[in-house]
Amino acid sequence: MTANARLLLMGWKFHFKMLARSSFNGWLGVIYPLFFATVAFFMFRAGSKDSLLYASLGASVMGVWSATSTSAGAALQRERWHGTLELLVAAPAPFSLVLLPVTLAMATVGLYSMAATLLWGRVLFGIDLHIDHWLLFCLSVPATVIAIGMFGFLLAVAFVRYRTAWALGNLLEYPVWLICGFLVPLSFFPAWVRPISWVLAPTWGMQAIRESATGGTPVPDLLVCLGLGLLYTAIGVLVVDWFLRAARARAALSLT
Amino acid sequence: MAVVEAKDLKRTYRTSTGILRRRSVDVEAVRGVSFEIGEGELFGLLGPNGAGKTTTIKMLITLLIPTAGSATVLGYDVVKDAREVRRRIGYVFGGDKGLYERLSALDNLRYFAELYAVPPAEAKRRIEELLDLVGLAGREKEKVEGYSRGMRQRLHIARGLLHDPPVVFLDEPTIGVDPVGARELRATIAGLTHAGKTVLLTTHYMFEADDLCDRMAVITRGEIVAEGTPAALKAIVSDRTVIEIETFGVDEITVEALRHVSGVASVSIEERDQAQVLHVQSPAGTELTQTLLGVLDGTRVGRVAVREPTLEDAYVALVGVDQ
Repeated sequence: MTANARLLLMGWKFHFKMLARSSFNGWLGVIYPLFFATVAFFMFRAGSKDSLLYASLGASVMGVWSATSTSAGAALQRERWHGTLELLVAAPAPFSLVLLPVTLAMATVGLYSMAATLLWGRVLFGIDLHIDHWLLFCLSVPATVIAIGMFGFLLAVAFVRYRTAWALGNLLEYPVWLICGFLVPLSFFPAWVRPISWVLAPTWGMQAIRESATGGTPVPDLLVCLGLGLLYTAIGVLVVDWFLRAARARAALSLT
Repeated sequence: MAVVEAKDLKRTYRTSTGILRRRSVDVEAVRGVSFEIGEGELFGLLGPNGAGKTTTIKMLITLLIPTAGSATVLGYDVVKDAREVRRRIGYVFGGDKGLYERLSALDNLRYFAELYAVPPAEAKRRIEELLDLVGLAGREKEKVEGYSRGMRQRLHIARGLLHDPPVVFLDEPTIGVDPVGARELRATIAGLTHAGKTVLLTTHYMFEADDLCDRMAVITRGEIVAEGTPAALKAIVSDRTVIEIETFGVDEITVEALRHVSGVASVSIEERDQAQVLHVQSPAGTELTQTLLGVLDGTRVGRVAVREPTLEDAYVALVGVDQ
């Protein structure tokens, strides 16, 4: 294993372990999926069995998105409060390889939220998880999680430079639930919204998950989802050193 | 060749005041600092809070870009060759921060070993050695949140040495640590130079600087006001004598009156429990005790002693602060 791959893996393990140790996060991990599953059920209970599955899958991806979008800023804020951000910057490792595992670990926590949402839906509301293409479904889920983690990385890069970028993460949480089609189809929205949806990887990840569940053709959606995730990462890697230099010039790294 | 070289380093911070009418204000934290540190030397940077010690060290470890001037570490420029500098330095700062508290010391050390690209087998060996060195062997699997201040500080030192850097920057490493813990930390720091490392230590504890440093610079208000060996700095006040007067409840007006007594070079106050100990510097051979006690008439006075000046007195004379 190369040193960079090892750094990514060890960084992911380290931050996932830290997130898993938080009892507060643990409680959120129980309550949020319950909330998402309930929202999905009450929105779609008047519809068909298929619409319940549609909502249940959408609600489950809401958890992944929420865990990453709001937490990416919070994670960097925590690094600032704990005085570890400066130590991470002072290390010789490329900063993008230090930061990416942080958001991937968060997206992984979101994966748990996804499973828990589907489970609550099954246990409390009897929503069956009928999947036509299990293999493609099992590919679509991690691809979506990784792409969302990569979007979180882009947010985290902005947060290194701008202390208040965490607010952007919070601001994006609820609109993305809507414009990425987690709960309602994109066709419900005005045409001008769609280009915004198209540049957001969760839109394509969501479609890939639903297509694989209903027996459609998820591969194109899956590829676009991963492609956008890689694009976010590439942008993040390109700008991170520039942002870091600006933060060092403005003495912003130690500010909380 | 100097291992660390700072040439006319300057750093200005821009801050703003006001809410509706915001106004930018430039604060000069470091105003042209220059010094050199030789290989294997333990160099101290002394100064009161806000003197510019941490800003100087942060420029040298690449966390801050200087507003003007330049600096190199092992020949690498701290701005242009930041990554090369980072590979070769260790950084330890004092206080509770800088650790992942929910995880164990071992987790913390393993993670930072990865960040410094220490190969796994070597990291395992280094971690074991360093846990022994800093006295945390056997406690490494406990969560850091349960550690005392001294244990955290020792863990900081272990973290800073993981990649065996030839140059170590220590920013007030003993701050807030109890006397026994601080003594153990000082022994560890002294051991670094025996291991051939070049060390820059910032502190405002004079006895610590006197005990550890080969050479030191005194910095105040962003400028270096003196540089030399501890003995050379002490010599600055060798022609003085110090009268120590223990008082209880002395007020600022009286202290100000003492400062205006003819022959008094400086007066500093040290708080000791309920007492305030006044350290009055005056030229050697001047007998001022009775005059000073006369000014203190009405103030409860305890022990009075005359002693030779120490490094701390030299420091007070140089920085010109009343503390």
